[in-house]
Amino acid sequence: MQKKWVPTPIEIAKKPDYILPGHRLCAGCAAPIIVKLTLKAVPNPENTVLVNATGCLEVATTIFPYTAWKRPWIHNAFENAAATASGVVAAFKALKKKGVWKDEEPTVIVFGGDGGTYDIGLQALSGAIERGHKFTYVLYDNEAYMNTGIQRSGSTPFAAATTTSPAGKVIPGKPQWKKPIGFIIAAHMNAYVATVNPYYWQDFVVKVRKAVEYDGPSFIHAISTCDRGWRFDPSLSMRISKLATDTCLHPLWEFDPETREFKITGQSLYLAKNPDKIIPVEEYLKLQGRFRHLFKPVRRDDLIKTIQDRVMKEWKYLLKLAGFES
Amino acid sequence: MVEEQEERLLNGDEATAWAAYHVEPDVVAAYPITPQTIIVERFSEFVADGLVRTEFVSVESEHSAMSACVGAAAAGGRAFTATAANGLQLMNEILYIASSLRLPIVMAVANRAVSGPINIHCDHTDAMNVRDAGWVMLFCEDAQEVYDTVIQAFKIAENPNVLLPVIVSFDGFLISHTAQKVKVFKDPSVVREKFLGGPRKPAKIKLMGQEVELSLNPKNPVPVTFGPLDLYDYYFEHKRQQSLAMQNAYNVVKEVHEEYARLSGRRYGDGVTVPYKLDDAEIAVVAMGSAPGTMRYVIDEMREEGIKIGLLRLRLFRPFPYRDIMEKLKHVKVVGVFDRAQDQGMMGGPLFIETRAALYELESRPKVVNYVFGLGGRDTPPEMFREAFDELVGISKGTVKPFIRKYLGVRE
Ligand SMILES: Cc1ncc(C[n+]2csc(CCOP(=O)(O)OP(=O)(O)O)c2C)c(N)n1
Repeated sequence: MQKKWVPTPIEIAKKPDYILPGHRLCAGCAAPIIVKLTLKAVPNPENTVLVNATGCLEVATTIFPYTAWKRPWIHNAFENAAATASGVVAAFKALKKKGVWKDEEPTVIVFGGDGGTYDIGLQALSGAIERGHKFTYVLYDNEAYMNTGIQRSGSTPFAAATTTSPAGKVIPGKPQWKKPIGFIIAAHMNAYVATVNPYYWQDFVVKVRKAVEYDGPSFIHAISTCDRGWRFDPSLSMRISKLATDTCLHPLWEFDPETREFKITGQSLYLAKNPDKIIPVEEYLKLQGRFRHLFKPVRRDDLIKTIQDRVMKEWKYLLKLAGFES
Repeated sequence: MVEEQEERLLNGDEATAWAAYHVEPDVVAAYPITPQTIIVERFSEFVADGLVRTEFVSVESEHSAMSACVGAAAAGGRAFTATAANGLQLMNEILYIASSLRLPIVMAVANRAVSGPINIHCDHTDAMNVRDAGWVMLFCEDAQEVYDTVIQAFKIAENPNVLLPVIVSFDGFLISHTAQKVKVFKDPSVVREKFLGGPRKPAKIKLMGQEVELSLNPKNPVPVTFGPLDLYDYYFEHKRQQSLAMQNAYNVVKEVHEEYARLSGRRYGDGVTVPYKLDDAEIAVVAMGSAPGTMRYVIDEMREEGIKIGLLRLRLFRPFPYRDIMEKLKHVKVVGVFDRAQDQGMMGGPLFIETRAALYELESRPKVVNYVFGLGGRDTPPEMFREAFDELVGISKGTVKPFIRKYLGVRE
């Protein structure tokens, strides 16, 4: 891997944007921030091709005849962004062999939502990673099918209310836990994998740069706050994003397929060394309407504790994977 | 000038693989399914032996095969795939996207019955299932025609007035697995350079006042957004443009067929339809795929008996050549349309319905009846066709009552 690149805020701010204003994503949506940060981390953004799965990001950025994309961009369907990307990568490889494409092969970056990644697109993603195409898949994880109106996905957290896992009189939101997508992709053993949080932007861009420079597939899992679906005031977006990591719900780590090592990074590394600084999940949950039923009309201490225990169990598992003794 | 060729013993699948070898697409993305499998196997060998520089992407499903072809073609490459039956159905969603993105992908389909029940043998239900997906569709009669047509398909698809994907169909097992002598060009550059004009050159479009390549080329002065959200204010116009492109394909199929004939010395009618003993016919049969071979044998037999019967084989199915059908069949009394495809809940097989609709335009119309035959690979011997043809003669003489549809060779 490359030697460490640590950009300053000014360096990042000065880099051009490739998703332009005027798109119709909601105020408070983290997805365009994730796109911006991703493209600011690419060493040669002018030589980039973007692929987008169906979902909020695709729909809200390309309402014909407008487009927010200042890079070549393709949307094919919902479940096949990774397969589409394999075709793009393969074509440039062949065109290069034939001498038709004379430059370096473009950096191919995919953006997919959690529905398009955890669920309907998992097969195509797994296939593309197994085949070893060199592309970076950026999952913007807003933890439900937001574009179709907040339905639960394999990523929706336990107890969260969505329109298909409502908080009812008997069932208090989603009964299942979130699928560990990062570990699933890491288990392919040939992809660089990292979790990121747009609030912790420096950790974010450093990892994306590693991802695009890795000679093989790479996968970036970005938590993507959604004020409409999670039910919070748009102004709280980055605060809630920060809490996702500070509570250890979305810890920051990376997996290096060369060394087969998991590493805890950034704020999560700080929390690994200072466990007393970990914030209780309740602080995160209580800001969001999707968890309101845990607090009103009666406080569900049992469920809050179940979530807290699970988060700590997974955090301990990660610490173990990353070589921390606990 | 006819170019130098060599004879090889090839079945339809191998002929497809040889055509792909001679074209040398940039990307072949495919998934195995009987009876198409030999295509991907042979082509993998060409790749493994370094005969082509193609990137062979052995995807994890047909859905991904078509998706990867979309990505490859949007990137500016030549993309090829092959499938059949269930594989084609799994691709269905992306077939419509490929044609709407105006990507010149070429796909071979070794026609096979669709599950269920699961069956691996020939009928045309798989292709008929995707007849409205916006792909140009050609049906071949034998392995030689398959080789020739796959090569032609790239040139049809890439024509700037077309820019549509093309399906080349041929009967599973009957053609895909039946070896025959096939002439192939000795020098692949006849196909790659002389016929196709070198690597694919994506079409040019105007975007924000600038000329750009209709591709994901990062060097475009204005980057292209492929596959945007297209609502009620533009979608309809885009679909209309697509149907005009399909109309344009008709002439291009003929031109490319003729251009190729000058290099190969081989013709299939005018590239659109292949008539046989039709000029003075009173009775005509209409069919696609390999059955016309058997039908010609029966027709010859009946002609010797003085019966005026002929055949119209459709090579082009999309765009549907309804004017040719009107022109070629306007003088006959009875038309029998032979559908090797399911007709669940329909008035008849799809070929019948469209042929009959075309003939409705005529001032004086022939009687048009339908035979559904050969489903799931059910054998189609000459005697079976003879029985049906005799019935058509009976209708022409008034001794048999006309009907709409019958099933041939089925136990009722
Ligand atoms: C095959 C298919 N099934 C369903 C849909 C409908 N659909 C469009 S977007 C979407 C949800 C997208 O969810 P996600 O991937 O989480 O992205 P988000 O919209 O939340 O950003 C669904 C279900 C579709 N377009 N295609």
